[in-house]
Amino acid sequence: MMRRAVLATSATVAGISLLLALKPHNGGLAVASGSPAGRSGDAGSATVTPPEASGPSGSVGPSKKGTKSGGKSGASGTYTGNTIDTRYGPVQVQVTVAQGKLTGVKVLQTPSENGRDRRLAAMSVPRLTQEALAAGNARIDTVSGATYTSEGYIGSLQSALDKAHA
Amino acid sequence: MRESAPAREVRVVHVMGTVFSFDVRTPMTPEIDHALDAAEDRLRHVDAVFSTYRPDSEISRLAAGTLTLDACPPEVGEVLELCAEIAEESDGRFTWTPGGRLDPSGMVKGWAAEAASDLLFEAGATDHCVNAGGDVQARGSAGPGQAWRIGLAHPYHRGDLMAVVVGSDIAVATSGTAERGGHIVDPRTGRPATGLVSLTLVGRHLTHVDALATAGFAMGDEARDWVDGLPGIEAFAVTADGRAWQTPGLPAWTGTGAANPE
Repeated sequence: MMRRAVLATSATVAGISLLLALKPHNGGLAVASGSPAGRSGDAGSATVTPPEASGPSGSVGPSKKGTKSGGKSGASGTYTGNTIDTRYGPVQVQVTVAQGKLTGVKVLQTPSENGRDRRLAAMSVPRLTQEALAAGNARIDTVSGATYTSEGYIGSLQSALDKAHA
Repeated sequence: MRESAPAREVRVVHVMGTVFSFDVRTPMTPEIDHALDAAEDRLRHVDAVFSTYRPDSEISRLAAGTLTLDACPPEVGEVLELCAEIAEESDGRFTWTPGGRLDPSGMVKGWAAEAASDLLFEAGATDHCVNAGGDVQARGSAGPGQAWRIGLAHPYHRGDLMAVVVGSDIAVATSGTAERGGHIVDPRTGRPATGLVSLTLVGRHLTHVDALATAGFAMGDEARDWVDGLPGIEAFAVTADGRAWQTPGLPAWTGTGAANPE
């Protein structure tokens, strides 16, 4: 039961990550969401770019709840974002920050949940840089892309993944 | 950081003008080792039979009329039959006779990769992944309790990804121009397809998923409605004007692979 709920949440988080990435990537944040295998930081990472800055000063609003912890620099706590009206419906997220580092994202509202909209969501092309993936501890096992030539393979990410074994 | 790296045996095979990567996560046995050898031999055999670049291949001789279908290895008939099925499913956007020549290349690679995957599975490698030059067939898990995590290459930023698809028994195929230029021709116009830069399809069997991705890419913008109606298939696409779209079911694949949406 618990496990099921966790899975559903992280599925929604990843789904919304793609939606939220629809605006130009001005300094995306690496998100580490819970892993279905119970291994934190090993799954569900994505680059989340704050939704468009048409709302007052970005998406993460003022309703902070939480405490500053430890003496280290950087804020900690839970922040609830403003509701953003996208073409596909309202989107609202809540993020958890520990010592300045984003540790969790919870989706409070997502357009796909109201009405099972069959329209295909248009967006800018999301970009997950290797730095962001590494920062989120996102494991990548293999890569799908346009067919590479034997020469093109040499400098590819897939080539690096193949070499990374043992 | 992982506490302990899962077992991993990787074999890289240069064949069919591209590179096949076999990644076995089941602990190795002599049977699996033999299956890897057999899979490699099989790919070289398939290349010898189906290469349109080799005048002595069965497919070249069949095209030239110097060989009959009956005289070909049975897999030739099998592949041509699959081509006919996909052509029907894609309303003629998939073709094995581009410009009137016999050329089932759009089917062969995905089909061969899935067949190689089946060889490994039958030999006991229940957890493995075959990457055929960017088209992926994964089985089982990547490690204890871990689904396979398949990155989708960003067409504009080499080395970066657009999304991560997660699943256990999953096929992911991408058609695009990022690596080789406009090499997918719309059979109806005879010209390179231009509406899309990249089309990734996700499903269960690579034979089907790869051929459908080729067909969908040739459709350009029309692929959007078409792919939305394909049962068991989800899509992520980048258009020529720099936008992206995905089918509504795709997020279920990008969230967690513990439960495939079927």
